[in-house]
Amino acid sequence: MGDFDVAVVGAGHAGVEAALASARLGCKTVMFTISLDQIANMPCNPSIGGTAKGHLVREIDALGGEMGKAADKCFIQSRMLNKGKGPAVHSLRVQADRTKYHDYMKNVCEKQKNLYIKQAEISDIIVEDGCIKGVRTSLGAEYSVKAVIIATGTYLKGKIHIGEVSYESGPDSSLPSRYLSASLKEKGVELRRFKTGTPCRVNKRSINFDIMERQDGDENIVPFSFDTLTDGLENKVSCYVTYTNSNTHEVILSNLSRSPLYSGRIEGVGPRYCPSIEDKIVRFSDKPRHQLFVEPMGLTTEEYYLQGMSSSLPEDVQLSFLQTIEGLEDVEIMRPAYAIEYDCCDPIQLLPTLEFKRIGGLYGAGQFNGSSGYEEAAAQGLVAGVNAALKIRGKEPMILDRASSYIGTLIDDLVTKGCSDPYRMMTSRSEYRLILRQDNADQRLTPIGYKIGLISTKRYERLLRKIELTAFELKRVSNLNIAPSAKLNAFLEERLTAPISSGCKLADLIRRPQLGYDMLNPFDTDRPELPADIREQVELQIKYEGYISKQLAQINNIRKLENKKLPVGTDYSLVYGLRLEAAEKLNKVQPVSIGQASRISGVSPADISLLTVWLEHRKGDANVS
Amino acid sequence: MSTVAAVSTPDAPGGIAVIRISGEDAVKVAERIFKPFNSEKISEMDGYTCAYGIAHDGGERIDDCILTIFRAPHSYTGENTAELSCHGGIYVTRKILRTILKNGAEPAQPGEFTKRAFLNGKLDLTQAEAVMEIISAKGERELKIAENLREGAVFRRAKKCSDILIKILGDLAAWADYPEEDIPAVDPDNLIRELTDVRNRLSSLVENYDCGRMLREGISTAIVGRPNVGKSTLFNCLSGCERSIVTDIAGTTRDVIEETVRLGDIVLRLSDTAGIHSTDDLIEGIGIDIAVKTAQSAELVIAVFDGSCPLTEDDFNLIKKIKDMNCVVVINKTDVKCVINDNFLKSYFIHIVYLSAKENEGTEKLKSEIENIFSISDASVNSVCAANERQKRCIECALECVDNSISALRSGELLDAVNIIIDEAEQHLLELTGERITNAVVDNVFSRFCVGK
Repeated sequence: MGDFDVAVVGAGHAGVEAALASARLGCKTVMFTISLDQIANMPCNPSIGGTAKGHLVREIDALGGEMGKAADKCFIQSRMLNKGKGPAVHSLRVQADRTKYHDYMKNVCEKQKNLYIKQAEISDIIVEDGCIKGVRTSLGAEYSVKAVIIATGTYLKGKIHIGEVSYESGPDSSLPSRYLSASLKEKGVELRRFKTGTPCRVNKRSINFDIMERQDGDENIVPFSFDTLTDGLENKVSCYVTYTNSNTHEVILSNLSRSPLYSGRIEGVGPRYCPSIEDKIVRFSDKPRHQLFVEPMGLTTEEYYLQGMSSSLPEDVQLSFLQTIEGLEDVEIMRPAYAIEYDCCDPIQLLPTLEFKRIGGLYGAGQFNGSSGYEEAAAQGLVAGVNAALKIRGKEPMILDRASSYIGTLIDDLVTKGCSDPYRMMTSRSEYRLILRQDNADQRLTPIGYKIGLISTKRYERLLRKIELTAFELKRVSNLNIAPSAKLNAFLEERLTAPISSGCKLADLIRRPQLGYDMLNPFDTDRPELPADIREQVELQIKYEGYISKQLAQINNIRKLENKKLPVGTDYSLVYGLRLEAAEKLNKVQPVSIGQASRISGVSPADISLLTVWLEHRKGDANVS
Repeated sequence: MSTVAAVSTPDAPGGIAVIRISGEDAVKVAERIFKPFNSEKISEMDGYTCAYGIAHDGGERIDDCILTIFRAPHSYTGENTAELSCHGGIYVTRKILRTILKNGAEPAQPGEFTKRAFLNGKLDLTQAEAVMEIISAKGERELKIAENLREGAVFRRAKKCSDILIKILGDLAAWADYPEEDIPAVDPDNLIRELTDVRNRLSSLVENYDCGRMLREGISTAIVGRPNVGKSTLFNCLSGCERSIVTDIAGTTRDVIEETVRLGDIVLRLSDTAGIHSTDDLIEGIGIDIAVKTAQSAELVIAVFDGSCPLTEDDFNLIKKIKDMNCVVVINKTDVKCVINDNFLKSYFIHIVYLSAKENEGTEKLKSEIENIFSISDASVNSVCAANERQKRCIECALECVDNSISALRSGELLDAVNIIIDEAEQHLLELTGERITNAVVDNVFSRFCVGK
């Protein structure tokens, strides 16, 4: 049925980023989806971003991905979370219009040059001599391709559980992918079973908002994309908060036996960060109430999402426990909550490019790799799409290390440690989080996006100007002397910080926790007019200077280890002197660098020393021969 | 590469010990701790030249030394190297090494000098296997010592600090990662209190941490057991078995029932204790409390049982009290018929020795068992100390970070920055266990907080 460079299996958040990246890098790309109406669907929260996930979206945007732009176009409420907790943990989160988001993404894909969208279920991958040759659909059509990206989400052998009932299904009542698992297993891919869940959708007219707490969006809206202009962004809806109570808990506890989770009918491993309401009540029995958010699904629907209420109890139990909740006494369920089980791979089989070590040209992205979340999926989709394209075009792969980004951290965690339950990004997972802030994602990653060809020259030059202006202003405030004055000292005392008796640099004042760049404007007469993002960069770089330089030093050290490449396919049991335990772990992970090897649990510093010597010796041998 | 230091003379006792500092800053580090008698400038010394002077810790003299300077690439490792030859006592050598570590060098990893020599092209490529063998053997030994250290009191106390820090980090992570959940806000004042607690614990650990001490002053050892099992006989037997009693350290007051004895290479500070049994006698009860406390604070417990009769109720009670301590069980009275249920004891204790204190038979076995516990027999004194030194260094670094985090909080810095310093403190403590910080914190968050959509 045709020749393509890259086939993407699945058109969820991972699939669309993979397909767009590959097509934009000039590869003839085909994206398969079981239903065109499910492209970039949000079968769970109608929301993009959140803590650490907001970082991912900005990084995707900085590299030239689409998610940030789509979210900016389709959001209906926007909030910057964690204000006041420090810039490293500031995270953008928006409510998105679910159908509009789907329409937007579908249209972007449709219009994308080199990208072809096909409604079909892929049933086989064709592998010859350890390399991808093609894919086959369930209707028997064959496509010859050079690379395949598996982004099957929860579709792969998807099975929905609601109470005592279970049936084969993809999310949102779509068809599941029934045959691909067997084909993957036959080709040597190890699969496992995970599960996740989603709460009910209810009708707006049945909710009493008057007795719930209202939560509004931010007044000053910051967009996700560094390309989006801030003018004209506005909030269109509010969200609401209410709580469970002892009656709710009683209903749930007395019906636990009817939950497939507790009766053992679900074999998949569920995410710890996204427990069902029955899990929360059983595990945290001392909590008198649990919070839930009532969130609109879009502007053209009356459906509301009940965040915090995911469940796999029978529909009648769902209705009766919801009706015990304040504001939901008359609630009308439109779609019941369900748990869904699906096949995914053990990501330890993957390289940091997301290509399978054992099958050349086969990539995995998103939930298929054991992660969870739209943003985690999109990030991997982008990386897999870029690397598939770079490989086909004979270029160096794009490997983002932990020190570069949350995306790099996410992928390194997955491919080095694997995961025992669906993996969610968290700020605490990044040891370099003071440097990997959401406000500087462009400075960290746009040069890389430009180099690989996903960022336009115009956008790159705009970034260079921003960096230049920031540096210039930093230099100015670091050199600018401020003389003590009655007015200044009164101001300082009012801010509860020590007055100055002799002159000091403006930067030293900005550095004080009680002060900031903008508020010192009256004492800085020659200050140039600068846009908000530059003023923010100047302030952050001054305030966090000490921490930043310390983290940069750590990064320099770790990068030296990352640059010591280990050959993939090494049999570590043949490395002289290596402990058996270490050799086994190394054989399993097949790290690409000494740096990655050092993060494998069970590999000691002495093992790393050994590997360094071994590597050097090997290099020497290669030079001789 | 960073600048590292270690004792590089062989482990045999000798008149001179050599401490090697290698790396870019080796000479600078040496300059900070060595003062030549001829007031020569260390930083200007040529390679292959020596200076005679004193090693000092911030001006306080430690020992007379000879400093030899090697300039890169003309040294064993191929890097700038400073070697201090000092008088070979364990204590002095330790103290100089520690001062060096305080002044900018890191403790060398097992086989590190050889590794560096190899990587810097000082060794032939054909020697790679030999180098790897050295690293492998030393690494193996180090691992074993580290495992042994994990059973020690210092490790347990450091682990406690690490647990508290993980809890704090869990609080911070949950608070940052789940802003929308109703979990308690992190209160900086409360945080300062918790960190101060950790600070005090760590600082008392560092103050009391003296790894030379175990070898110099001996291992604090309590002999416990119910009455009449032969504790005092064993005590007398041990204190009399070799007459080389180590001199007391000035200022240490001693009870009459304490004695310092040398068993081969090991020095034990023995305390004989009251027989532990259930009693209604108030005075005797106090004595028993003291015996239990002595055992609890001891680095080693020698638990004595009478082999000539079955285990009694008092024995069972004692087993319960001491089963988690660093323990050698002595089954005494092998001169008489053995009827004790030693299988029961074996289910609780690994180190069991049969002897007759009365006949002075089997004390050799006790000695080798104790050597085993402190891994002195198969691991050299130097490597025990090196592992100790690294452990201490981790604790010191953690303390410094906790101190910094407290002052950062006091000056009003934001929690994301403070969090990073606490991360670093925990990272240092986790080096003792080889865990990874992010996993530990994420696990903590999910086990303690009900979070998620």
